[in-house]
Amino acid sequence: MSAIRDTAVITQRQLRLLTRVPEVLIFSTIQPVMFVLLFRYVFGGSINTGQPGGYVQLLMPGIFVQTVAFTLAGTASGLAEDMKKGLIDRFRSLPISQSALVVGRTLGDALLNVVVLTVMGLAGFLVGWRPSTGGAKIALGFIFLLFFGYALSWVGALVGLSAKDFRVVQNVSFLVTFPLTFLSNAFAPTTGMPKLLQYFAEWNPVSTMVAACRELFGVQNVFGATAGSYPSQHPLITSIFYIFLIMLVFVPLALRKYRKSAG
Amino acid sequence: MKAVTAEHLVKTYDKGKVRALDNLSLDVEEGTVLGVLGPNGAGKTTTVRILATLLRPDSGAATVAGIDVIKHPDKVREVIGLSGQYAAVDEILTGYDNLVMFGKLYHLGNKNAVLRANELLERFSLTDAAKRPIKTYSGGMRRRLDLAASLIVRPKVLFLDEPTTGLDPRGRLDMWGVIRELVSDGTTLLLTTQYLEEADQLADEIAVIDTGKVIARGTSNDLKRQIGGEHLEVAVNQVDVARSMEIIEKIIGSKPKLEEGLNSISAPVSTGTSALIEVINGLTSAGINPLDVALKRPSLDDVFLALTGHKAEGE
Repeated sequence: MSAIRDTAVITQRQLRLLTRVPEVLIFSTIQPVMFVLLFRYVFGGSINTGQPGGYVQLLMPGIFVQTVAFTLAGTASGLAEDMKKGLIDRFRSLPISQSALVVGRTLGDALLNVVVLTVMGLAGFLVGWRPSTGGAKIALGFIFLLFFGYALSWVGALVGLSAKDFRVVQNVSFLVTFPLTFLSNAFAPTTGMPKLLQYFAEWNPVSTMVAACRELFGVQNVFGATAGSYPSQHPLITSIFYIFLIMLVFVPLALRKYRKSAG
Repeated sequence: MKAVTAEHLVKTYDKGKVRALDNLSLDVEEGTVLGVLGPNGAGKTTTVRILATLLRPDSGAATVAGIDVIKHPDKVREVIGLSGQYAAVDEILTGYDNLVMFGKLYHLGNKNAVLRANELLERFSLTDAAKRPIKTYSGGMRRRLDLAASLIVRPKVLFLDEPTTGLDPRGRLDMWGVIRELVSDGTTLLLTTQYLEEADQLADEIAVIDTGKVIARGTSNDLKRQIGGEHLEVAVNQVDVARSMEIIEKIIGSKPKLEEGLNSISAPVSTGTSALIEVINGLTSAGINPLDVALKRPSLDDVFLALTGHKAEGE
C-alpha cells in the first residue's frame, strides 16, 4: 500500500513541475503539433494515398506513435537529471519503496502523454483528420498509444539511469527513437525502401503500432506491408506482444539499475 | 553504545583497479560527533554512501543504530538522515514543496508533512524563501534546506558529507551554527570534511583518512599534540631579536625557534589568542614593536605532512 502512496507522491511532484515550468508542457505539445502541420502540408500534397480524406488520415496515427515513442527521451532525460543533482541518492536513502521513483516518473510521463495526445488529436481534427470508426475503437486506439509510450518510457528509464552525462542521454535517446520512427510505415510507404529495410520496417514495433492505430481509426494501411508478413497482417496482436515484451525486459532491468545506481 | 560501526570495509572500482576503501574501520559513540577528515578522493564519500545504504561494500561489515547495513538496508533508512555534497533537492520546486514532498515520502500524512515543513523552514530561517523555487536560493540556503530535508523524521544518526564545501565564509559559519544546535539535541553525527578547522569546531572525535584507510584517530587535542597544534609567529627588527626570544620564552615556557634571515620567531602555543595577546603585551612593555604577529593554525596539509610524510593529495 505504501508503495502506491510513495509512487503517487513522485507522480505529483512531476505534475507540480509542469505547473512550475509551463514551458515543458508547451514545448511537449508544440513540437508534435508542428509535425502535424509540416507533414500535413509539405508531404500531404504530393503523396497520393488513393484514400478518402487524403494523407492526413494515414499521417495522424503515424505522428501519434512517433510522439509517444519520444516519451523514451523524456523519461531518460528526467531521470538523468535527478541522478546528476544527487536527488536519486536522497530518494534512495529514504525508507520508501525502492521502485517508487522510477514508477512515479514513468506514470507522470504517461499523464503528460494524455495531455499531449489530446492537443494533437484536436490539431489533427482542425486540419482534416476524421477517424471513421466508433468512439470505442478510437478510445481503444488512444489507450494503445498510451501503453506503447509507457513501455518505451521504461527503455528511457534504463537509458537515463545508465548514462553518466545528460547530453549522452539525449543523444542515445534520439539514436534509438529516430530510426525506429522513420524506418517505419509512419509517414511514407515502405515499398520504396531497400528490401532489407522493408523487413525491418515491417517488424518494427512502431510500424505495427501505426498499423494497429490505422485499423482502429478506420483507415486502410496503404503504407504498410507488401510482403504479407505476420506483423503486417496482425498488427494489433503483434503490438500487444511487443508492449508486453518491452515491459518484461526493461522494467526489471531499469529497476535493477536504479537499485544499483552508484552515481 | 556505538551508533555506527564499520569494520574492514573494502570497496573497489573499475574491476579492482581503484581501491576507494582499503580495510577502513571506524565507529561513532551514540550522541557524539565523529569528523571524518581527509582530502578529495580519500574515501570519505564512499564511506558515507555505504553507511547510508547507497552502496554495497565488496567486503566488510557495518551497522547503524545496531542494524546491519548490508542485511537490512530498509530498516537503516528509517533511522538515518543524509545530506550530501550537492544539495539534493528539486531545483524547480519551492523549498516548501520539497519539504512537504519528503514529509509525505516519510509517511507523515499530508497534514503533518505540512506542519513539519513549516517548522523546519522556520528553524532554518527559510520562511521568507519558502515559496520560491530552490534555483533562486544562495548556496548556503540550499544546504540548509537540504539539511532540513534530512531531518524530517528526527534521525537517530545523521550523515553530513562535506556540508560546507563550496560555501562562502558567512555561509560556512551559519552552517556550523545549525549543526551545533543539532548536535546539542543529542543527534549522533558523522561528518566528513576537508577542513581541519571544521572538524575541530564540530567534532568530538576525528578520524583522519587517506587512500581508503583511517590513518589517525582521536580528539582534536590528541591530533594537535601529534602534529604540533597552533604556532605563534612574531617578526621583529634585527636589533630586537635576542631580547624578543627571551621574552617569548619566558611567556610560553619553551624555547622558540628563530628563522634567521626573516627575523621571524615561532613557538608552539596551546592557549591560542590569549598567548598571542600576552606576547604582544610582553614585547610592547619592553619597548619592542613587532613588525608582524600571527597565530598559525595547522592546515589539513600540516596534518597530512605530520601523519604521512606527504601532503594531502587532491584528485
